[in-house]
Amino acid sequence: MIFGYPLLSVAIWLPIIFGLLVLATGNDRNAPLARIIALVGAVLGLLVTIPLYTGFDRMTSAMQFVEMKDWIRHFNIHYHLGVDGISMLFILLNSFFTVIVVVAGWTVIEKRVAQYMAAFLVMSGLINGVFASLDAMLFYVMWEAMLIPMFLIIGVWGGPNRVYAAVKFFLYTLLGSLLMLVAFLYLYLHSGGSFEILDYHQLPIPLDAQILIFIAFFFAFAVKVPMFPVHTWLPDAHVEAPTGGSVVLAAIMLKVGAYGFIRFSMPIAPDASHELAGFMIALSLIAVVYIGLVALTQADMKKLVAYSSISHMGFVTLGFFIFNAYGMEGALLQMISHGFVAGALFLCIGVMYDRVHSRQIVDYGGVVNTMPVFAAFFMLFAMANSGLPGTSGFVGEFMVIMGAVKVNFWYAFAAASTLVFGAAYTLWMYKRVVFGAVANDHVKHLHDIGAREIVVLSLLAISVLVMGLYPLPLSEIMHASVNDLLVHLARSKI
Amino acid sequence: MTYISTLFPAYAEIFLLIMVSIILILDVLIPGYTRTMTYLLVQVSLLGCSLITVATHEMGVAHLFNNMFVDDLMSDVLKLLTYLSVSMMLVYSRSYLITRGLFTGEFLSLVLLSTLGMMVMISASNFVTLYMGLEILALCLYAMVALQRDSATATESAMKYFILGAMASGFLLYGMSMIYGATGSLDIQTISNVIAHGTPNVELLVFGLAFLVAGLAFKLGAVPFHMWVPDVYHGAPTAMTMFIGSAPKLAAFAFLMRILVETLQPMMIHWAGMLMVLAVLSMAVGNITAIAQTNLKRMFAYSTIAHMGFMLIGVLSGSIEGYGAAMFYAVVYVLMSLGGFAMIMLLSREGFEADSINDFKGLNQRSPWLAFMMMLLMFSMAGVPPTVGFYAKFSVLNAAVQAGHIPLVVMAVLFSLIGAFYYLRIVKLMYFDAPESHEKIYVQPDSALLISINGLAVLALGILPGALMSVCAVAVQQSLLLH
Repeated sequence: MIFGYPLLSVAIWLPIIFGLLVLATGNDRNAPLARIIALVGAVLGLLVTIPLYTGFDRMTSAMQFVEMKDWIRHFNIHYHLGVDGISMLFILLNSFFTVIVVVAGWTVIEKRVAQYMAAFLVMSGLINGVFASLDAMLFYVMWEAMLIPMFLIIGVWGGPNRVYAAVKFFLYTLLGSLLMLVAFLYLYLHSGGSFEILDYHQLPIPLDAQILIFIAFFFAFAVKVPMFPVHTWLPDAHVEAPTGGSVVLAAIMLKVGAYGFIRFSMPIAPDASHELAGFMIALSLIAVVYIGLVALTQADMKKLVAYSSISHMGFVTLGFFIFNAYGMEGALLQMISHGFVAGALFLCIGVMYDRVHSRQIVDYGGVVNTMPVFAAFFMLFAMANSGLPGTSGFVGEFMVIMGAVKVNFWYAFAAASTLVFGAAYTLWMYKRVVFGAVANDHVKHLHDIGAREIVVLSLLAISVLVMGLYPLPLSEIMHASVNDLLVHLARSKI
Repeated sequence: MTYISTLFPAYAEIFLLIMVSIILILDVLIPGYTRTMTYLLVQVSLLGCSLITVATHEMGVAHLFNNMFVDDLMSDVLKLLTYLSVSMMLVYSRSYLITRGLFTGEFLSLVLLSTLGMMVMISASNFVTLYMGLEILALCLYAMVALQRDSATATESAMKYFILGAMASGFLLYGMSMIYGATGSLDIQTISNVIAHGTPNVELLVFGLAFLVAGLAFKLGAVPFHMWVPDVYHGAPTAMTMFIGSAPKLAAFAFLMRILVETLQPMMIHWAGMLMVLAVLSMAVGNITAIAQTNLKRMFAYSTIAHMGFMLIGVLSGSIEGYGAAMFYAVVYVLMSLGGFAMIMLLSREGFEADSINDFKGLNQRSPWLAFMMMLLMFSMAGVPPTVGFYAKFSVLNAAVQAGHIPLVVMAVLFSLIGAFYYLRIVKLMYFDAPESHEKIYVQPDSALLISINGLAVLALGILPGALMSVCAVAVQQSLLLH
């Protein structure tokens, strides 16, 4: 508590409290007030997380900003919070995106504004909780609780097929979580009554149990990442979710799954991770190549970006399971970069959708003629998505490919194919939507983005460029934690 | 005087019996349609009972009436919760019953009498007392279901309930007589001593046990003895359904504990297997069949079956941890069930029952607050954190893992995933769909306050479940260790 207040608790509870305040403004008559409170909450939520970055000790891999209180004494469950170089970045990312989402939904959302804003703020707090929890049950509670607001966001404000998508999203993720709960119960018993995640890291576990635990975690996290073949909920959820929902889903929710692998699966079951690495790499490469090809054929822009997300997340899991520093750090950078890029792309699609009410590529063409400023932003993000050097998309992908070469040339070869496919589907979509002659009346009557949209997209554009040109501040923070994790993974726990 | 003062562990029961008699007589003399006076007297009696139970509480275990009656911490806690849930049920159902002309003196005294039955069940320490308590409760419930004389469905379900209930009682009696034949006693402690240290006829014991378990399963509504549950839940007036679905589950839990754990603990190897079959079947049939229901009361009926299956997992784990978890589960279930049925009654009005799931369509637009409460209740029933329903499932599963029943736990988890679907459907109807009617929802202030407390309690207990969990664990622990 260097700053006189429990930073992580504030990061979790401040958005939740503001969310409840927003909810209290009631019906849509008070919508302007609800928006303002939501913005204040989101901005404050971002400000309170900044000391996490400035006060972070880069030399240690130990948990920092630790808070520990008894919670449920009967089961020895603690309210135990703390961050290391890996989780801290995601708290920042999440708080940043909360502001973006609130601003992006400012005028677009017209019905039940208070509930919409409240759902995002509450979810933001819960996601911070997921990243900060050091107690398995606390983690589980936060992890499950964040499903509820997302379920409502997709179901209430989503597109025509929203109910199907919301229920599918919920049940898919619940299945995974429940198996994870069984794994936690086993670990609780096996560790002699502890729910401390860090205790689990040190706990010796026989190989067959490790494999079962790994599989249980796999269901929970692979569904969230999502990995092939449990990815099918994501395109549905993305297509039906409102823009803000898609942004949070792509930028944050998917990262939660990947984070699970490095916080739970790998350190708790390192031997099983090595044992099953081939399987994980195979799934990752299928995601990268096959899903990349699937993305190529999409006619719906949101679906296209959704499949591109799955393909990019394949890089992340590939980076984890090649067990070297390049891969691991590259994967983490890829996670952050993908948050910015996919979030930005969904916002861009949202900008067009708000005006034309279509996500189909064929309904567009020649947008550059009517929306030049927007087209420039969209161009940057499309380039970042295809991994152009100088943008954030390049750094992570390049490092993962470097790491993969060290392990097996063909892994790297397959992974590198994404540089071709990614460029193909992104730029081809960009070409069809933006370039050419004005395709129809809708496009002809488009008006360019306003100040609010420019601010949002500029923030993201700056992030993408800065991270692409100078990723050192980020990798510096994660360095100690990543090295420690790799050393830990190299030791057998049997 | 000295004799009366030795009766103090049973003061609450005696007080309630006196109050029921007074209320029965007074009610005839008090005029009026809404029975406000009688209603208040009933609530005062329940309050009085809680005060007496708290005042006569003492550490340790007291036996009374030649070991027929026991007063321990578990019975005190369960009784207090019983009063609470009966009292809540009365608040919720008052205006519902008044509009239907069912809020009569008979109803109120039946409620109190059945409460007495539950108290006797909870405190029984002899098979005869257990059976007596059970029958007091059951006879009152049959009458309550049948109270709406001119409704064919209510009469039909009362009939079904009575016949199947009588059969279950027959099973129980038959089982008890077998146990008596094997051990020569009806006293719980004596039986357990004889089984542990004597040489009773094991075949006879197991035979009796099978009948006892079947009878218990009937009363709990566990598959394959569940057939009456959906029909009775559906046919009875909602207030009666709420009553059947709430406090008696606490008494049934006590019944289970007294018979299986306190009496037949050495036979655990036999009954744990039987309960496992019941638990798995209940979770399977309950959760899967609930999906197909379009009537909310029927859906809750199947959901009760599934919940009872879950509770049985705690009991069959066979550890103090597990019994505590099962008790916690029962308490949490009662809280959720009260809220769920209350919601049906709050949305109903004269001539309209609001028991179809479609009646909940678009509730968020008609009344955001009620929709929010219902959402909390539904997520709690589905076992999604941060609601208390999650901890109920969690503690039961934890006990089962400790007992080494991992496949059972995985099965329970998968069935609760299936279960999540139909609870989610209610949330979906309330939040994602447009309302079918825009009729104004008028809720009595006392019910409105109570449902808010009920819903928020589900959330608050979910954020801080420690206290209630410990109470249940300690209550069970004390009762079992001191016996």
